[in-house]
Parts: sequence; C-alpha cells; structure tokens
Amino acid sequence: MTTTQPTASALSPLRGAAPPPGPRRRPRVSATQWTALGFAAPLLAYLGFFYAYPLWRNIDLSVHDYNVRAFVQGDADFVGFANYADVFASPIFVTALTNTVIFTLVSIAVQYTVGLALAVFFRGSFRLSNTLRAMFLVPWLLPLIVSASTWSWMMNSDNGLINSVLRAFGGDGINWLTSPDYSLTAVIIANIWLGIPFNLVILYAGLQNIPGDIYEAASLDGAGPARTFASITLPLLRPVSAITLLLGLIYTLKVVDVIWIMTTGGPANSSVTLAVWSYREAFGTGRPDFSPAAAVGNLLIVIALVFGFLHLRFQRRQDES
Amino acid sequence: MTAKRPWWKTVLGLVFTALMLFPVYWMVNVSLTQTSDLRRNPPNLFPVNLTLDGYEAVLQQQLPALGTSLMIGFGCVVLTVLIAAPAGYSLGLLRLRGRTTLTFLLLVAQMIPAVVMAMGFYAIYVRLGLLNTIPGLIVANSTIAVPFAVLLYTAFMAGLPREMLQAARVDGAGAWRAFTAIVLPLSRNSTITVALFAFLWAWSDFIFASTLNRNGDLIPITLGIFNYIGNNTTQWNAIMATAVVASVPAAVLLILAQRYVAAGVTAGAVKD
Repeated sequence: MTTTQPTASALSPLRGAAPPPGPRRRPRVSATQWTALGFAAPLLAYLGFFYAYPLWRNIDLSVHDYNVRAFVQGDADFVGFANYADVFASPIFVTALTNTVIFTLVSIAVQYTVGLALAVFFRGSFRLSNTLRAMFLVPWLLPLIVSASTWSWMMNSDNGLINSVLRAFGGDGINWLTSPDYSLTAVIIANIWLGIPFNLVILYAGLQNIPGDIYEAASLDGAGPARTFASITLPLLRPVSAITLLLGLIYTLKVVDVIWIMTTGGPANSSVTLAVWSYREAFGTGRPDFSPAAAVGNLLIVIALVFGFLHLRFQRRQDES
Repeated sequence: MTAKRPWWKTVLGLVFTALMLFPVYWMVNVSLTQTSDLRRNPPNLFPVNLTLDGYEAVLQQQLPALGTSLMIGFGCVVLTVLIAAPAGYSLGLLRLRGRTTLTFLLLVAQMIPAVVMAMGFYAIYVRLGLLNTIPGLIVANSTIAVPFAVLLYTAFMAGLPREMLQAARVDGAGAWRAFTAIVLPLSRNSTITVALFAFLWAWSDFIFASTLNRNGDLIPITLGIFNYIGNNTTQWNAIMATAVVASVPAAVLLILAQRYVAAGVTAGAVKD
C-alpha cells in the first residue's frame, strides 16, 4: 500500500524525482552512466519521434501555406509569420481570446471554490466519508464524450431536463446550446462539473498535511470554524492552492472536447476558445486549413508554457522550503 | 471513534454526492427510456416502463467499436509501460546524468495541448500512411500517458534503497537482472497505477480519434458515440446506452482499484 503513494505528502509529483544536486564532480562517464543511458534510450527515442518531431511539424505548418495538396506533396510555400499575422488580424481572434479567458477563469474559480468547500467538508471524517469521496471521482473518470453528451441532452432546449425543471418552477426554457447568449455559460457549467473532482482530491490531500494539533490548539483558544478556516486552513493551504489553480489553468486552456461535442464552438463563435478555434480550422470543417490552425496552436503552447513555468517555480520553491 | 462522528454530516454528504452524480444517474435513466417517452414533458424521473432497446442497439452496432477501443487501450498500456518503466529505473535509481533536465522536459510535455499534437501527428501520418490505423492511434494516445508514467515510476524508484542495487551487484546480478528481478516486482503498484491511467486515457480519447481516425473502418467507441449524436439525434436512449457501456471501464476501475486511482490523481494530476 505504502508503495503507490509517491506523493501522499502533497502534490509535488516530483519530490522524489529531482533530488537536490549533489556536489558536482566531473568524472568520466562511468559504466553505470552508460547503463542508465541504455535504460533511458527508449524514452529518449520516443520523445524525439513522438514529441519533438510532431511539434516541429507543427511549427513547420505554421510558417508555410499548406493546403491539402501541398500537405501530401510537401511543397508548400514558405510564408514566414504571415499566418500569425492573419490570426491576430482575424475578427475571430478577439472573440476566441475573450471566450478563452472567461471560460478558463470562471471554470477554475468555481471548481476551486467548490472543491475547497467539499475538501473541508470531507476533512473531518464521518460515516461513509471515504466511499462518498471516492464517488466524487466519477465525473473525472468518465470519458469526456460521455459527460459532454449527457450534458447536451440535459440542456436540450425542448426535451432537456434542465429546461423542464425551469418551466416547472414557472420560468422560461433557455436555449442553452443554441443561443449565442448562453452557449458559453452552458459549456462552462459542464466543464466545472468535470473539474470539481480533481480540485477536491488535490485540496483534500493538501488538507491532510496540515497537522491536526494546530486545529486542536485553535479550538482550545476558542476559534470558531470561520476563524479557523481564515487563519489556519487558507494560509497553510496556500502552496497547494497555487499549484491546483495553475494546473487547472493549464488544463482548462487546452480543453477542446467538451466544447466541441456540446456546441462545436457555436452558435456564431459564441463559445469558441483558442483551442477550439485551432481544432475547427484543422479538422472541424470540410476544408482543412492547417497553417492558421497550427499558428493558433503554437500560440496556445506559448500561453500554456508561461503558466507552466510559473507552476514549476512555485513547486520548486515549495520543495526547497 | 465512529460514535462521535455526527450523522448529519453523512446525510449532507449523501445529498452532495447525489447532486454531483445526478448527470450520471440521468444518463442511465435516459438509456432505459422508451423512445416514445423521450420527448415527454416533464420527463420521467425514474425509468418507468423501462426498455433495453437502447442496449440492444449498442450490441448490434457498437461491438466492433468497443473491440477497437479495447485494443487501443491495451496497446497503449503495453507501449507506455515498456518505455516508462526502464526510464524510471534510469532516472530514479541509476541516476542518469541530466535527469533534472529530462524531468523538466516531461513536465513541459504534459502542458502541450492535445490539439497541437494531433496536428503534428496528422502531418506525419499523412505521409507514412498511418492515418486510420490502430497502431497510429496507440502511439498518439500513448503521448498522454508516457510523461506521467515516467514521472510516477521515477518518483517511486527514487525512494528504493540504492544499497539494494549494490547488494544485487555483489551477488553477480547485472543492472538488467536487478531491474527485472528486483525493481520491477517491487514497483508493482506503480505499474498498476500507470496501466490503469494509460488504459483509461486511451479509452476516453476523443481528440486523437476524431483527427487521426476520421475515415477508418475501425473506429473507437468515443467516436462511435460522437457519430451517433451527429446521425440520429432522435435516439437519445441508444446514445446514452452507448455512453453507459463506454463508462464501464471507469466504473470497474473505481470499484476495484480505487486507491490506485487516488494515488494517480495526486501524483501526476494530469488530465486533458
């Protein structure tokens, strides 16, 4: 049992992975190093062929003018940054960027808040608490197509459950997926539901690391639940919170499936994010346009990496402390 | 102990869980509903006069897709373990020089959006003729799991005592022998976690399937559902029945391997 818990401590997946560098000696490459290299060779080859090469192809796509014919023959014209310029100049760009910001920020803010509330709730264990907490993982484990199509049907304008509940309470039905005013809200709701388990699990693990005697001391001092939460839980959980939010951000930025399955980014681009836009240009229409799609994709990588580095710095600082 | 725990928390916990899992319940409910009742207003909250028509449709139409997904899932597990376990050994125990950089690259790799990888793979597969093939999908899907798996193995193996290796060497066992006879068996739990997630991610994949396998004869189940939605929007009971069947691996894993799931979430914290 103890063996699968590399990070039962907290969320720093790499605590064991990057031990502090020892004193740097520079011996000649030892036999062990050659052996080590041998064992790592499949991974290195894999990263080269299946990560570096596709990424390189992607950059290549973004600086050429690829159409379907050039795709097969490989003789596309070099156009430099023209694709990027087109992307920035496109009227969709501003819409997609705005939607991405709203989708990401609202999703992670609500996921985090609900996840934290649930983590605090589950902290003091009670009968069935472990089983119920495990049940909360279900949305996270289901294939996205399953969750997304279930939400689609629940949000169906005429026959969806949500609208029939609204009508039962005297309200009007809402065209969740087919109205430009609501499509973004609809996909955000589904995405929040998908992300709560992740936040709950991570924050719960973080809470377990706060020593119980601190809480005991606080309660001896007469601190109520609100006070305890504000003065103990939140501050001590800060590093874990930062990591949860950053990871949430990175993963939410790249979401395609949920949105594509529910609304395909529509109607009228009202739920298009950068990732969905890229997907649609390349694969979503009958006429694939790989070059701008690759440009948008590379833009997305840059954004993700900025936050990724932030995340790594946080984690390193946490590991050092 | 238990006596002091307040019962109202259990009640509240049940309510929260019920709310959270309601969409899952609804999926099952719709999957058992008669086609004629699908458009009822208000809809039946319980499957009164339930039918298995939806599941019959699944059996008739989606069996090949389920088989394809199984093959892709298992292929992905094998490929991932074959690459990640030796790499973890190299990084965690043999202390490969440059491991910090490599670890860093693996972390960065997890941040790359799948849609970008899909385009890169598409461009490569077009030339190699790997579009619409199962090996092509296995390789593409494994890119989700490999960085996670290497990091997981490394973290675990770095915690193993290195003296053990020396002892093995004294006994005349080489690095390979030590790996297969000692390290791998000890890492059994890591392997289970890795295999579980590699399978689940490959099984659930939609982006690679919908881009690299658009015209294939053998489509995975996720794409089967998606095409279903596109083709006949009237038969939501059949769609939901397929969705229920597609959820079975997740349910099985949660029941049989819950602790490995929890370990994986906190360890890698990766999902697209």
